Amino acid sequence: MRKKQNRILPRAIITGMAFVSGFCIMTVEMLGARILSPYFGGSLSVWGSIITIFMLALAFGYLVGGTLSARNPSGKTYAMFFIGAALFSLPVILFADFIMEPIFLSIDDPRYGSLFASIFLFFIPTSILGMISPYSVRLMVESEEQSGSMAGLLYFVSTLGSAAGTLGTSFYFVLWFEVNQILWGAVLSLAFAGCIILFCEYLKKTNNDFASGVYEK
Amino acid sequence: MKNNSVKGTLVNLPLLIAIFCCSYSIATAETIHEERSKYRDITVTQVGDRRCLLFNVHRGDRNQTCMVLNDRNNLVFDYTRMSFAGLLLQPDPRSILVIGLGGGSIPMTFADLFPDAKIDVVEIDEAVVKVAEEYFYFNETENMTAYVDDGRPFIKRAGIRGEKYDYIVLDAFSGDYIPEHMLTREFLEEVKAIMTESSILVANTFSTSRLYDHESVTYQRAFNEFYNFKLPTSGNRIIIAKLGILPPREQLVAESRRSGPLLEKYGVRLADYPRRLTTRADWDMSRRELTDQYSPGNLLRGN
Repeated sequence: MRKKQNRILPRAIITGMAFVSGFCIMTVEMLGARILSPYFGGSLSVWGSIITIFMLALAFGYLVGGTLSARNPSGKTYAMFFIGAALFSLPVILFADFIMEPIFLSIDDPRYGSLFASIFLFFIPTSILGMISPYSVRLMVESEEQSGSMAGLLYFVSTLGSAAGTLGTSFYFVLWFEVNQILWGAVLSLAFAGCIILFCEYLKKTNNDFASGVYEK
Repeated sequence: MKNNSVKGTLVNLPLLIAIFCCSYSIATAETIHEERSKYRDITVTQVGDRRCLLFNVHRGDRNQTCMVLNDRNNLVFDYTRMSFAGLLLQPDPRSILVIGLGGGSIPMTFADLFPDAKIDVVEIDEAVVKVAEEYFYFNETENMTAYVDDGRPFIKRAGIRGEKYDYIVLDAFSGDYIPEHMLTREFLEEVKAIMTESSILVANTFSTSRLYDHESVTYQRAFNEFYNFKLPTSGNRIIIAKLGILPPREQLVAESRRSGPLLEKYGVRLADYPRRLTTRADWDMSRRELTDQYSPGNLLRGN
């Protein structure tokens, strides 16, 4: 019981967040080809660029997220990942043309053009989203024996989220909405997720303060 | 989506397949070449002296191009012939751009008709260029160049360089995958940037499914008015558009009389075409315009 009190965030919240981050990663990735195609075409290499940069960004994010989780993990930092990813996704919506145009003009080969455009558009938000996974594991795990099962559960949920994001975007969202509307949906979901975490933090803090007698005067 | 690249092994594969198929074809006189390229399965078949290029034959695609070997000038398909209807509006193009090579019959006919014109052909799949050269007598010449590139960036760059073409053929939409970025309003604006007042755009598009409506609305917004060209014998719809005002029908009839005889040897009956060109809107005008923001062409086609 005591342990539960000290847990930074409820497990259900963390699991839900893992789903949201997996969903948003793949939504943005699926739209990547649509965003790049006016400048770099629809060739296989454009997909290659996008997937490469997403993989590299996630790899980097996993590493950084893992390192951060080792130092004084907090719900506030966790929330910042979501809010940061939302903020750094905004250029994809607002400045995509400004970012792609100079690259298109200076690099003739669409393979490298699309690679550089992917770096500038997607690397930062995706690596921030990558930080969420290891950090979630840290927040979920309370004992050594649990670490494997908690990591497994989180991979399960976030990969389910990725599958749902991929299918939803490619089958339905592009038919119902404009690219930027879908991106706004992802940005707002991430920002909203961050706010939920902050709110949980706030609730926990007031509870703890209450329990420790701050308000008992 | 996450495609494991087998490009390395593919390099020698076409050769092996070609050797295998050549020996095979002696027995059946059917498939003379089969190849899996980066984008599609390519098959070349031959029955008698009729040789055809097919894409994704296992998924039931139709022929891309056929050629009668004893009568190579003759264009076999209606849609290929229909691509020359633009000559009614622009009878003497000096520079021609063809997006989508196929078996190369459209650019080769142009080269035959206008030996002095500069012809640029853009094809995304280098394997198609090779097959056109090996099996369909397509040849680059001093005036005709094939570029392995995506049509959209090619046109965007041409526009930035200030290049203009007199006759533009968009023939990138056959096969079972539609390049959605070449259906959009923004793309058509980029095409307009490489056109002059006398240039003509001929687009081979879809005549069935919801996509017909969306595509028509998009062309209408970009060009105000265009000639819609269908033949009862063909499942294709050809859009003929130009900047400014379309010429009156009498002018087309006069031009068809003048140029018609030149095109007879290709099987193009130009004299029949003017009465088939119409500006009447037979599509649902309430459909949404296709843009870079909204272009689910492949999904719309299935509905």
